[in-house]
Amino acid sequence: MDYVHLRRQAASLRKGLFDQGYLDEQFYQLEDLQDDASPNFVEEVVTLFFRDSARLMANIDQALDKCVKDFNKLDVYMQQLKGSCTSIGASRMKTDCSAFRECCRDENIEGCMRSFQKIKREHSVLRQKLESYFQLLRQAGPVECATRPNK
Amino acid sequence: MTVETQPQFHVLAVDDSVLDRKLIERLLKTSSYQVTTVDSGTKALEFLGIQDENSENAASVSPHHQEVEVNLIITDYCMPGITGYDLLKKVKESSSLRDIPVVIMSSENIPSRISRCMEEGADEFFLKPVQLSDVSRLKPHILKKSVKCQDENQNQNKSVTTISSPTNNVSGNKRKATDDGICSERIRTRYSAGPVTIV
Repeated sequence: MDYVHLRRQAASLRKGLFDQGYLDEQFYQLEDLQDDASPNFVEEVVTLFFRDSARLMANIDQALDKCVKDFNKLDVYMQQLKGSCTSIGASRMKTDCSAFRECCRDENIEGCMRSFQKIKREHSVLRQKLESYFQLLRQAGPVECATRPNK
Repeated sequence: MTVETQPQFHVLAVDDSVLDRKLIERLLKTSSYQVTTVDSGTKALEFLGIQDENSENAASVSPHHQEVEVNLIITDYCMPGITGYDLLKKVKESSSLRDIPVVIMSSENIPSRISRCMEEGADEFFLKPVQLSDVSRLKPHILKKSVKCQDENQNQNKSVTTISSPTNNVSGNKRKATDDGICSERIRTRYSAGPVTIV
């Protein structure tokens, strides 16, 4: 196995995520928190994020399906989702969540539906990219780009 | 981080978001705190031993509470059921718990929310996502309380009187100047908006 090549691929994927605005500096904070005591912290957090966000998005789907739209409820769910996005540095999703909340405030149901579709797409792309990233890291073995030295 | 000679302080972290609980736990553990996380204000109150509305009654504090010392409470503001603000109020209303420093976290930067919390006695207000640099601000609040505890063995907990200068020995109890300084600072935090630290 060409570990060097795999590491380069992982690093390149990671760089792309930042360059293309999928992730922001909060992701660096997560990486900073990873150390020997918690060697898989970033992946654990990301896994939690996708589980939690999937749950929230299912709630939103249900709420959007109802005949009578409860904009307050939708806003609350979206606030939670946005919070989670902020916590891991999911920058694009965070922006889309804000757009959704604007639509809630305007009681613009079409706008909500559109922005939610966008959120789902972004969510899917981000999941795919991060899954690839962590898979590469695992294959490449312990690498310096995944962990920072103990402070 | 070398803290071998220092005692480990115990922080109770309250957040309904599983993700944020994981984050705050890691932030705190990295900073050498012992951490308990709960997912609601109700569970926090249970953990702290406040079991009913009448929290002034010592009998309502459970025996469990005596075994587990909490040096600081850090709580999310927006939670279903009991909010972080409600939790803050209940802690400050409890004679046995009021001296525990409370920090509020929120994803939203709303000045009126911040001042409301500070007026109710919060020691800090952190905007999410909480950073390591925020967590480094916790120690002084915990240490202030430790010093106060040492000097206040037999003093009543209800000692909220107007203390204008740090050197006044108002109540006639055996208090040191530093303790009055802490008291007056706490009172300033409690009854007015400043000086406060808002991150």
